[in-house]
Amino acid sequence: MDEFAKTSRRAFLRGSAAVAAGTVAGQTAAQGAPDPAITELQDWASYLGVGVDETPYGLPIKFETDVVRRNVAWLTASPISSINFTPIHALEGTITPQGCAFERHHSGAIELSKDDYRLMINGLVDRPLVFTYADLERLPRENHVYFCECAANTGMEWAGAQLNGAQFTHGMIHNMEYTGVPLRTLLAEAGLDATGDLADKWVYVEGADASSNGRSIPMEKALDDVLVAFKANGEALRMEHGYPVRLVVPGWEGNMWVKWLRRIEVTDAATESREETSKYTDVHENGVARKWTWVMDAKSVITSPSPQMPITHGPGPLVVSGLAWSGHGKITRVDVSIDGGVTWQTARLGKQGDTKALTRFYLDMDWDGSEMLMQARAMDDTGYVQPTKDQLREMRGENSVYHNNCIQTWFVNEEGVAENVEVS
Amino acid sequence: MSKSLNLFLPAIGGTALVLGGAYGFMARDYGAKTIESLETRVEQSTASAASATEAARAAEAEIARLAAERDEFQAIAAAGGGLTQPAPVAEAVYGLGREALPEEIAAWDVDVLPDGRGLPVGSGDVWTGEELFVDQCAACHGDFAEGSGNWPVLAGGFGTLADEDPVKTVGSYWPYLSTSWDYINRSMPFGAAGTLSADETYAIVAYILYSNDMVDDDFVLSNETFFEIEMPNADGFVIDDRAETEYSIWRAEPCMTGCKDSVEITMHASVVDVTPEEEGMEEEAMHSEEPAAEDATGDAEVVEASVDPALIDAGKGVFRQCQSCHEVGEGASDRTGPQLNGLLGRTIGSIDGFRYSNSFKDAAEAGETWTTEALEAFLTDPRGAMSGTKMAYRGLSDPADITAVLAYIESIGAE
Ligand code: HEC
Ligand code: HEC
Repeated sequence: MDEFAKTSRRAFLRGSAAVAAGTVAGQTAAQGAPDPAITELQDWASYLGVGVDETPYGLPIKFETDVVRRNVAWLTASPISSINFTPIHALEGTITPQGCAFERHHSGAIELSKDDYRLMINGLVDRPLVFTYADLERLPRENHVYFCECAANTGMEWAGAQLNGAQFTHGMIHNMEYTGVPLRTLLAEAGLDATGDLADKWVYVEGADASSNGRSIPMEKALDDVLVAFKANGEALRMEHGYPVRLVVPGWEGNMWVKWLRRIEVTDAATESREETSKYTDVHENGVARKWTWVMDAKSVITSPSPQMPITHGPGPLVVSGLAWSGHGKITRVDVSIDGGVTWQTARLGKQGDTKALTRFYLDMDWDGSEMLMQARAMDDTGYVQPTKDQLREMRGENSVYHNNCIQTWFVNEEGVAENVEVS
Repeated sequence: MSKSLNLFLPAIGGTALVLGGAYGFMARDYGAKTIESLETRVEQSTASAASATEAARAAEAEIARLAAERDEFQAIAAAGGGLTQPAPVAEAVYGLGREALPEEIAAWDVDVLPDGRGLPVGSGDVWTGEELFVDQCAACHGDFAEGSGNWPVLAGGFGTLADEDPVKTVGSYWPYLSTSWDYINRSMPFGAAGTLSADETYAIVAYILYSNDMVDDDFVLSNETFFEIEMPNADGFVIDDRAETEYSIWRAEPCMTGCKDSVEITMHASVVDVTPEEEGMEEEAMHSEEPAAEDATGDAEVVEASVDPALIDAGKGVFRQCQSCHEVGEGASDRTGPQLNGLLGRTIGSIDGFRYSNSFKDAAEAGETWTTEALEAFLTDPRGAMSGTKMAYRGLSDPADITAVLAYIESIGAE
């Protein structure tokens, strides 16, 4: 860490030398004419702004209207059963605002009120129960930050570099602070004496929407860290994220985070629903598919610079910013390469990694204006190192759709324009 | 509280101390302050008379306990274990929630397991299934379940799983028959889920099996013949083996320098050119052009003047139920259902190139037009009002929803 602090300080000093030499583009020139933004009286410094009642619930200012979720229309037959992407290229820190956090629905987002909400627990329990929303708010709750990543994130990139933007290649992810009741608390309410040996039991969870999106979760996970959540980032869940109640299954693929959660059934076998057979199974080169691939392996991506975030300021100090995460636990280290993976430098973690949550990383560098092949490589506390795309393909072929956690490459040219590429 | 449940609880789960607020700081402060004050108390009491020794010992034990607890909390905080200390584990149940009634469980617990548990009694044959399928499913999945456009393919694809482009269908890929029964019965047709009876579902599944050449045309699928079906790809799955095949290799100290001899770019995304345009940016550009913004407000005022905006808004919400099949407004085109522009006063079944059902064709020939009354009747009970219609939609039971959705269609689809 100290070693790195030194190098980045050196880089900084070199950078400021460049500023002094006047080689940095995009600066407001102070050498020539005085800057009218400073010397002239501006409207906003004279007229009045808007009052407090203007926006009872505020949205981002109009200059930020490009920081929105985007859809790739050709991916699916209908926007009702589809996905859009978080603008991760334009966000900082680690928390994803709900309003731009990606959505994935199998039969559209539904409007389900708290009053109409019911949660049933049945199956191999002592007492089948029905909870209202108000009941859930009376049980002891916890707050946790977790990432939710769709298993298909980066899925379009298996066969080659496809989509030009971190939003599209890596935007099926968000990271929120959830408030909810541990699932084990609810299961204890229903009683697990009738369940018998818990080691081979499951919970089957389903939603209230038309797709129901049922999934089977092994009991061990259900009793570990799964949350029945009703708030995200301090406020009610958004409709598109399962209002009023969704399941949070830390570190595991997003499809299991059932929205509009309506039923939890304790079973003695996996239900093998459509979402865990036809979908969310990973076909390998030999035609055999892996199933029950629940955990999201360690992964990272440089969010800026990236195709939607070109370098506009020319050579000199450059902040390379990115995200890393692991469904197995904490991110312990992220390395960055600017030469396509020949040499690597250890990046600075924005904050020591949280378990199963996004970690921000930075490389503070002095860009000399030459071409770069930028990559990031994450490591987690199990010692797992994020693989290259070739390593993944060698193991699985190109048709597994899901769980592509490969190292991503951005090619940055001398103008600072970035592009999604693949390298040897 | 079940005893066996305890086995799975993390060790910290036994701590029943509740701390509010931001855990990271609170935990530390709480531990530290209480210990300090206790320490003072210990000093005072040891310094005083012998009668206080007892109390001091108790206080010392309390210090030890609190210190241990503080260490535990800090360990969790350091381990990034969340923002809240684990919720207390109740000694007994909280007694929240009420008993689920058998009728309620029967209504919701409809999932079907691979071994057939959950299947209701019933049956359906291939030919009945074909009729139902053509009527309710073919618009999206093709007459022979072969798929259409981007919609899922349900039949064929045998022997393709190891190909460059595997075709994963109910026949070629799905390992269990229970899954198709369960999914179709609950979630299809798209836009009218939960409307199929058990017998209809058996018939449709029989037809899908027939389309996959898995049964003959005289086959009847029932809760009994269900077990005769063997799924071709039943053995085509392995349980997640990443731990053995991948983690064992990829948990190694990574290379930092001289990791490759050379680097070549082998593929560019810009060549493929499938990335969507940035619509948001165009909008922003529009914002900054004053006249464009003014035009937009102008339009909105015209609409507001004629119809109650709240009604239109409500209608927009109702239209969500229609939009999987219908488009309306500028540039609307046919999807599963025809586009709905200029609907009021339009001849029934008159959109060129749309494949209407016979009942719609008949109405078109008779020159019937859509009046508000006709639309109300049709949307209340599509199949009742236009028997034989292809519109696989159960209808709107609330007249207010119909008024609203028609107002919405009129507001953005008027020509
Ligand atoms: C309006 C179009 C539409 C109609 C009508 C429709 N479906 Fe579907 N169907 C879909 C869509 C969209 C999906 C994928 C949903 C998702 O993404 O979860 C789907 C998925 C399916 C699947 C799962 C496919 C897979 O590979 O996982 C089956 C089986 C199916 N439909 C059967 C039917 C049957 C049977 C009917 C008639 C009773 C029907 N569908 C009517 C649109 C339709
Ligand atoms: C599952 C798909 C589906 C849904 C959902 C659906 N429709 Fe339709 N709709 C159709 C089809 C298909 C037709 C053509 C009917 C025929 O040919 O029998 C149709 C026809 C119509 C027509 C007649 C159009 C004409 O050209 O004569 C109207 C009006 C209509 N629908 C309105 C609605 C409204 C309003 C809703 C929502 C409340 C709705 N539909 C929901 C599929 C659907």
